[in-house]
Parts: sequence; structure tokens; C-alpha cells
Amino acid sequence: MSSATQQPVITTRELTKEYRRQEYHVYALRDASIEIHQGEFVALMGPSGSGKSTLLHLIAAMDRPTGGEIIVLGHDLRSLSESEVARWRNAHIGFIFQSFNLIPVLTALENVELPLKLTRLSRRERLDHARRALELVGLGDRLSHTPRQMSGGQEQRVAIARALVTDPDLILADEPTGNLDANSAKDVLHLLTRLNQEFGKTVVMVTHDPHAARTAGHVRYLEKGRLLPNGEVPEDWAPIHA
Amino acid sequence: MLAIPLSYNLRNLTARKTTTAMTALGIALTVAVLLSVSALVQGLRTSLAASGNPLQVLVLRKGGTAELNSVITRTAFQDILARPRIAHDEEGQPMASLEVVTVIVLESKENPSGININLRGLTPMGFRLRDEVKLTAGRMFRPGHREIVAGRSLVNRYGVYLGQKLRFGRGEWEITGIMDGGRTSANSEVFADLNQLAADQNRSTALSSVLLRATSLAEVQPLINDLETDRRLNVDAMTEAAYYAQQTSSAMPIQALGTFVALIMSIGSSFAAMNTMYAAVARRSSEIGTLRVLGFSRRSILLAFLLESALLSLIGGVLGCLLVLPLNGLETGVGSFVTFSELTFSFHITPQVMITGVVFALIMGVLGGILPAASAARKQILPALKSV
Repeated sequence: MSSATQQPVITTRELTKEYRRQEYHVYALRDASIEIHQGEFVALMGPSGSGKSTLLHLIAAMDRPTGGEIIVLGHDLRSLSESEVARWRNAHIGFIFQSFNLIPVLTALENVELPLKLTRLSRRERLDHARRALELVGLGDRLSHTPRQMSGGQEQRVAIARALVTDPDLILADEPTGNLDANSAKDVLHLLTRLNQEFGKTVVMVTHDPHAARTAGHVRYLEKGRLLPNGEVPEDWAPIHA
Repeated sequence: MLAIPLSYNLRNLTARKTTTAMTALGIALTVAVLLSVSALVQGLRTSLAASGNPLQVLVLRKGGTAELNSVITRTAFQDILARPRIAHDEEGQPMASLEVVTVIVLESKENPSGININLRGLTPMGFRLRDEVKLTAGRMFRPGHREIVAGRSLVNRYGVYLGQKLRFGRGEWEITGIMDGGRTSANSEVFADLNQLAADQNRSTALSSVLLRATSLAEVQPLINDLETDRRLNVDAMTEAAYYAQQTSSAMPIQALGTFVALIMSIGSSFAAMNTMYAAVARRSSEIGTLRVLGFSRRSILLAFLLESALLSLIGGVLGCLLVLPLNGLETGVGSFVTFSELTFSFHITPQVMITGVVFALIMGVLGGILPAASAARKQILPALKSV
């Protein structure tokens, strides 16, 4: 179980992302209010186009809201400049993508070392940290392998190592098991659970896989751009008991 | 400090070998054209600069632009000899050489109609004033005989040989020696005895020029002033170095044409680099998005792609230098508009010429890379991540 405390690390109030094209207005997210606390493992679920990835991208400051408030780790993300956001993201956020998004020409060790290039650590310290992160995800023997030489499951584990190497406060995962077979997905979910339970990391995971959502301590549903009230599920969806 | 590691750029270049090789080759060919022209001009400059001793002064008729159209009488020469500031040798002889310069036509396989070659009549003092000139084969011409000594380049380019008889003037002249002029223009000249040649050319009293050595560098300009202000002499005087420097203008049309061609090619090469880099940016859009998510700034992305373009052009630049390296030392010649004769010299690929080529390539790479790099840096994170 997650060791959540009462301090919210993510607070959104009436958070909205609207796209305007000439006379058309499309709401990717509308009036979403949520609080996620330190040490929680929250799964965001919903059908395609429900706004779950949009919410995750806004939390990671990969996109700017068009309305509402968003405070993450004490920072009002709307007030940060682009370069401040980049530094903030590097220091506090670990992001895991559905398609792993490793740099194909770099080895596993170099991929994991990459975010540390923006820190003041020496090369030796960077490589030590990267090596330890890869050992943590069980890839201590694949340091010099390039993404092409690894399976999808191994690639996603490298991506997890890259996400945690900076010791971020918040781990955000966008469909982390979406491109994996059942066994690899299980390994990845196990790793995320460990990061949450053993290392106390706050994890927010977007998924539409009920099995993946069950590993989270808490599940929130979205539908048609709206965050449903706590405990409510979309029509035709069976609730998941985490 | 560069945040994105250099290995990222290098490996991306090696990952797409064919594209990298083709673009680099295009840049290399452009650099090769520019370097060939630069090496040619450098070779000519080296030859002409070496021909001019800064201690020496060349005296021509007033208004005479070259030795060929200058006339100096023996009387004027005697007047000049009496001037102070002229160095004397150990035997007390003034270091001054009266010379007659004319042109002969030398035929070759490449130029069956013949090429103008400078024929210089001088005394042993004329040889002494040319420190770099050494006899390498045969013997010196004898005074009063129709004998000549040919420059090394004439052997290489026109196949003249010891014992060969050349017909010009009033008879046949035998090549009795071959001289090595070092890096000077003497390599492309023929030397003969002053009096014999002057008589043969009906110029016993009206010769061409006087070469003088000043006692010191400080006395060179006063000596020139002294000669030029003497109205009886009616001469122009200049340092030997200045005289040869003005002949560099002979290479100007080639330099201008070569530079023009290289510039046109460089525009093409810059577009090739731009095209390659635009393709790289499009293909690696998702990587750019990922780097931004990891915290790399737009500036880091811009620098990374600019650096990659510069590295690509650097490969082209180095390749271009290697392509022209075999030209180094190759002898060629240009017709001089000053002397109306051919001046032979070697392509001279100096480190400076090669640096010029590499810098030129880098400029092409940076110019070609700046727009694609800017487009990479401008990408928004989410659209970049979504592009395949």
C-alpha cells in the first residue's frame, strides 16, 4: 500500500485545456479539480480522448492550461517561464512514456545519464548514479546495450531508470505498459509499485488497462474531458477496486 | 558548456552513413575547388615573394612597368654605380647588375604554338645578387658565347635538356647548365651572358634594368629616393619585393574565377547541408520532444543541431583538404600580364590554406544548419513527441 501523507503535491482547480480552431472550441480537459498527496500512487483512467493524458501533460508542465489553477510541488506552473519550467521538470519530475522514448544512438547507461547532464554532478558521479539506477531496475548487465539491442520490456525499464535517476519527487507515467507484453508489463508495474512503496515516490499513471490500474492505490476516472467525482466511473465501465 | 553530449551528434552522423557521406562529399568538392585556387595563388605568391630580396632595389626607365618595356643605358648604369648606399662585395665591387630582358618562344607538347619565356642577360654579379639560384647540372655559360642556363621548371614542363640547342636571335644557343632557383621565378627563366645577348638583340647600349643591393635595410628607401629624384637618370626605382608583388595580379583572374565558382558551389553545399539537417530534425522530432521533457532547453537543442551540422561540414572540410593534398608541389604556370611571359611555380598547400578550407566548410555547415537547428529548437513538446 502507498504511504500517502496529508500534504498535497498536486493541486488543480477547475483546470481547463481548450483548443480553438476558428469557430470550433474543443475542450481536452474541463474544470478538473484534484488533489494528489505525497506518497500516493494514483491511476488516471478513461476512454480514449477523455483527457487523462492532457491532465498528465499539464501536471508535467509539458503543456500550458487555458484556464484554472495548477500547483505542483508548491509551484504555480502558470507563473514559471519556459526555462524555469525546463529546470523544474529536470529536478522534480521523472516521466515515463508509452513508447519508452529512449535515444536510439545512446547506450542504456548514456540514456540514463542524460538528465544528469543538466546537474552539477561530475562525470564519475553521473555514471555512478546511472549505473545504480540501472541495477535497481535489474539491468546492471545491459549498460552498454543500445535500445535496438534490447526487448521492449528492457527498454521500458531503462526509461524507468532514466526517470528516477535524478531522484525526482514525482513520477509521471503515460501508459507505461501500453506497448508491452503481459510479463514485461507485470515487471514494469512491480517496479512502479516499489518506487512508490519502498522509495516513497508519488506516482501518477495514465492507463486504460484495468489490470495496471489495480496496482495503484487510488483510481480516478475521466470522461469527455471531465474528471469524474471520486468513486464515480464512466458509463459501461466496471469500477476497479485498487 | 554543451548539455547534450557530443557523442549524440557524432553517433547520429554515423548512424546515417550514406546521407552523411553524400553531404560531406558535396562540401568536400566545394572546399577542394576553393583550396586548389588558394594553393595556386599561394604558390604564385610564395614564388614571387621569394624572388624579391628586401635589401635589393630594381631600377627601370621612368614609367616602365616591367623589365621588358624598360630601357636603361650603360651611361646611366655608370652613374648609378657611383651612388652611395650601394653595397660592395669583398673585392670592393659595387653589388649592382645591369641586365637585359627579352622573351623567347619555347614550344612544348602541351603548347605546340609556344609559350613566352623570359630570357635574361646578366653578368656574374647578377648571379651573386640571386642568392637562391644554384647551378644543379652542367656548367655556367661562358662570356662571349651563345650559351644559356635554363631554369629547373623549363626542364620539367618543356622538356629542355643539357646540350639542347635553341634557335632565337641571330643563331643557335646551347643549354650548358640547369639552375635551381629555389622558390624564385628564376626557375622559369633562361639566363645568358649580358654582352652576348645584348649584341645578339641589337641592344648593346639600351639595356633593360639594374638590380642593386643596398648596404642595409635602412638605406633602401633613401637609395630609392636618391635615384628617383635625379632627373638626369630619369628612372623609377622600387624594392625588388614590391616589383614581384605587383606581378601577383597575374593570378587575379584565376583567383576571381575560382572563388566565384567555389562561392556558387558553396551555396549548393549549404543547401545540401540544410536539406540533410532538416531531414534529421524531422526524423528525430520525437527525440527532440523527449530531450525537452528531460529538461533540456531550446538553446541546448539549437546548439546540438548546429554542432551536428558543423561536424558534418568539418568532415567535408577535412575530406576536401585530403582531396587537394596530391596537388601540393605540382608545377604549373601562368602568363604574367606584367612580363608577358610565363611564370612557373608550384601549388602550395600551406597549413593556412588548409585552415581556410576547414573554416570555409564550417561556415557552410553553420549557415546550412542554422535554420534547421532553429526549427528544432522552436518545436513544441507535445507535437514533437506525437510526430513519427
